Amino acid sequence: MNAILDGCLDNSARREFLKASGALVVAASAPLAMNEALAQAGAAGAKPALVPEELDSWVAVLKDGRVAAFYGKIDMGQCLEVAIAQIVADELDVTCDQVTVYTGDTDTTCNQGGASGAFGISAGAKPLRNAAAEARRILVEAAAANLGVPASELRVDEGVVSVSGDAAKRISYAQLIGGRYFNARVEWNKQVGNFMDIKVRAKPKSPSEYRVVGKSFPRRDVPGRVFCTADWVTEVKVPGMLHARVIRPARAACTPVKVDEASIKSIKGARVVREGNFLAVVAPKEWDAVRAARMLKVEWSEPKDPPFPAMERIYDHIRGAKPLKREEPVKAGDLPAAFKNAARVIEAEYEWPFHSHASMGPACAVVDARKDRATLWTGTQKPHYARDGVARILGLPSEAVRGIWVNGPGSYGRNDSGDAALDAALLSKMTGKPVRVQGSRADGIAWDAKGPAAVHRARAALDASGKVIGYEFVSRGFSRLNMSSNESDPADTLVGMEIGLAPKPGIAYGTPEESYGFASKLLAWEVIPPLLERCSPLRTTHLRDPVGPDIHFGSEQFIDELAAAAGEDPVAFRLKYVTAPRDAAVIRAAAEKAGWQPRVSPRSERAGDVLTGRGISYAQRGGTIVAAVAEVEVDRRSGRIWTRKLTIAHDCGLIINPSGLRATIENCATFALSRTLFEEVQFDRNAVTSVGWSSYPILEIQDAPESIDIVTINHPEIAPSGAGEPTARVIPGAVANALFDATGVRLRRAPLTAARVKAALERA
Amino acid sequence: MAVIKFTVDGKRVSVNADPDMPLLYALRDDLQMKNPHFGCGEGQCGACTVLLDGEPTRSCVLPVSSVRGKKITTIYGLGTPKKPHPLQTAYVEEEVPQCGYCVNGWLLTAAAFLKKKPKASDAELREALSGLKCRCGTHVAILRAVKRAQKQMA
Repeated sequence: MNAILDGCLDNSARREFLKASGALVVAASAPLAMNEALAQAGAAGAKPALVPEELDSWVAVLKDGRVAAFYGKIDMGQCLEVAIAQIVADELDVTCDQVTVYTGDTDTTCNQGGASGAFGISAGAKPLRNAAAEARRILVEAAAANLGVPASELRVDEGVVSVSGDAAKRISYAQLIGGRYFNARVEWNKQVGNFMDIKVRAKPKSPSEYRVVGKSFPRRDVPGRVFCTADWVTEVKVPGMLHARVIRPARAACTPVKVDEASIKSIKGARVVREGNFLAVVAPKEWDAVRAARMLKVEWSEPKDPPFPAMERIYDHIRGAKPLKREEPVKAGDLPAAFKNAARVIEAEYEWPFHSHASMGPACAVVDARKDRATLWTGTQKPHYARDGVARILGLPSEAVRGIWVNGPGSYGRNDSGDAALDAALLSKMTGKPVRVQGSRADGIAWDAKGPAAVHRARAALDASGKVIGYEFVSRGFSRLNMSSNESDPADTLVGMEIGLAPKPGIAYGTPEESYGFASKLLAWEVIPPLLERCSPLRTTHLRDPVGPDIHFGSEQFIDELAAAAGEDPVAFRLKYVTAPRDAAVIRAAAEKAGWQPRVSPRSERAGDVLTGRGISYAQRGGTIVAAVAEVEVDRRSGRIWTRKLTIAHDCGLIINPSGLRATIENCATFALSRTLFEEVQFDRNAVTSVGWSSYPILEIQDAPESIDIVTINHPEIAPSGAGEPTARVIPGAVANALFDATGVRLRRAPLTAARVKAALERA
Repeated sequence: MAVIKFTVDGKRVSVNADPDMPLLYALRDDLQMKNPHFGCGEGQCGACTVLLDGEPTRSCVLPVSSVRGKKITTIYGLGTPKKPHPLQTAYVEEEVPQCGYCVNGWLLTAAAFLKKKPKASDAELREALSGLKCRCGTHVAILRAVKRAQKQMA
């Protein structure tokens, strides 16, 4: 405990950079207040390396007693920053306000995998919790030595260690270590990414001892975003920086044959940058880069065969394609016998289209690549992996590149940010200047990697009493990981493929997550080959709750179809078959809160132009259980569905911050409602034709529910599981089931657009 | 190139720019402001909204030459942390933004509308705010915040 905490957060390159650029550029992850606090710490001292096995990589006590926690994920407006502060505060016995959380900067945080799989708390908080507990243990032992009493007689309040029953005998954390390093080793589990964790001598508290966890504290990022005093990545400016626009072909599978550089010569300072099939324009002024991108004349190659099937044939294509791989994660009982002995067999197929991340703004990234080092500012949700990708495309070791996450224009998986980061890197290297890349709307919708289209086939065997004796659900579609969910390998980015790197596609899909205890059951998936192997605008990857909404749109409708076939109420039917008590409790909680009246669907009265109905859907996701009841109005004349009300019951174990959890669930529900009702990537045989909000409509405020009622079920005894994604998977089924309840019509193809509903009602 | 003078949040400014350049780039690039945001460049999302003589306008498609002599209000002119507009206060209290990239459109459009129609109904608010995008799905919170501000302003 003798080293002096210096500007550890602020390596020399960064200090130099801040000096050069003045106050214009502020990296979100190292606000000036922190730099000042660290500067106060005084003389230089060696900071232990930023490695997971150093306690100093996770937590620090500043000179004034404030605590810094270093979180190697990011918080994209879902209250993770505060939740981590709460967890650290409880372990250290300080107040929530005393803890500042630093996120997403590769110079100050270990690679905990960025935002991923709703692991922000369930996995991401673990090393922070352990580190904070260990820091407290070390500090209390130091206090014991200082005060001359056994550690067991000490207590800690708000960062002050005192003797139980003799509060005058005290010493603060600031006095014990403020501004200095712990220099203490912890045991790293050797995992990088989501499951990075450490083992420590201290024993973290039991939930019954929590004073801060479990209470609502306000988010800290909100005022900066409301008053726009905070930076988004689009606000990062570096002296001497060039603005770039990458030129991607109007048609897929085309490469630039001839580039007429003279076509932009009227724009002062604008020029073409090209390597292989990667083509961009740069200019000192942003508008000039935009104009140059529009004016540049490019002759593109003509592909021999169109790469895509006609859009209306996509599901036939999926049905007919030969799978690359099939997996059967759930296989129980004698399914053939069940179908042989069935009194009735129910079958259905559900279709889910390609979805775009369609982030609010197209991606932006800035890279300042020097000969031997580089800095990346990125909105990607995985800045450590983006740093690795940038290092690779620049031919630098990872340690020579600093990745700084700055809040981006939306973040729902592996969106276009990953591509922008590497675009900017290569352009900075090629121009010898810092480069800022921002996409066009079409780059963010037509060219982002997509959520995969799929067909879900379901089949069930019922005996004479209506009991389900056999159940089969098989999803067949494009891989959810045709492109990796991070950009650490340049081959997984557009620019990487454009300069000739061969992609290494992953093959993965998923199956329903539920606890229905059917006597025989098969849950399987099949992945088919991509339509185009390189630079495809329909390449597929992770999009918020990867394949969750897709699968459960089918599986939870099918359960409703079985309930209808058995002549049972949809809630009662689910309760009859779910085997996990927590699942049953969640379904009951949603039904009860929604005032669910048991009856068989569809409803018998269907008079008038506006029909009403209700539907339920439930699922698990990584330990979390969620159920939603949708109450809809269906306008027979237009076919429009309005989801007037959603009721959601949610059990993710221990709740850290109730208000943050509710907001996360609410927004996730509306996001999923948009995907259910409106979203479908349009394409023709040569290109994605969804290029903007008219061709890729999302939910408008007219379609927002009147209310979203949320029941959160707290289980302090159960470790927290994820909350950022599970809700997304129950909305599609709940709405589709409500449509059926209101109208007697089943729509098995998403999205449930007004045109489709109207046509189906006319057919009925 | 042309010299174009106008006011931004009460300050007189002047840019020497391509007259066809959208106002957005004059604000962000020439005037070095951190706002508003580029969302689509097609006037379809509202991330670039400013008030032009009090009317919500999409700055990504508005040629800078057309604001000569006019008054532009950005989100900074609407209110500040020290002197917030009631809508901003409500937005903070309701913790509306997730990524927050869309706030310009919602706040400025709602502010202009509530000025004209303080007692607007839910349906009227939804109508007035239609066409604005929020990809994070904060719509229900947006409506709560606007109604909270409406009450405060009454």
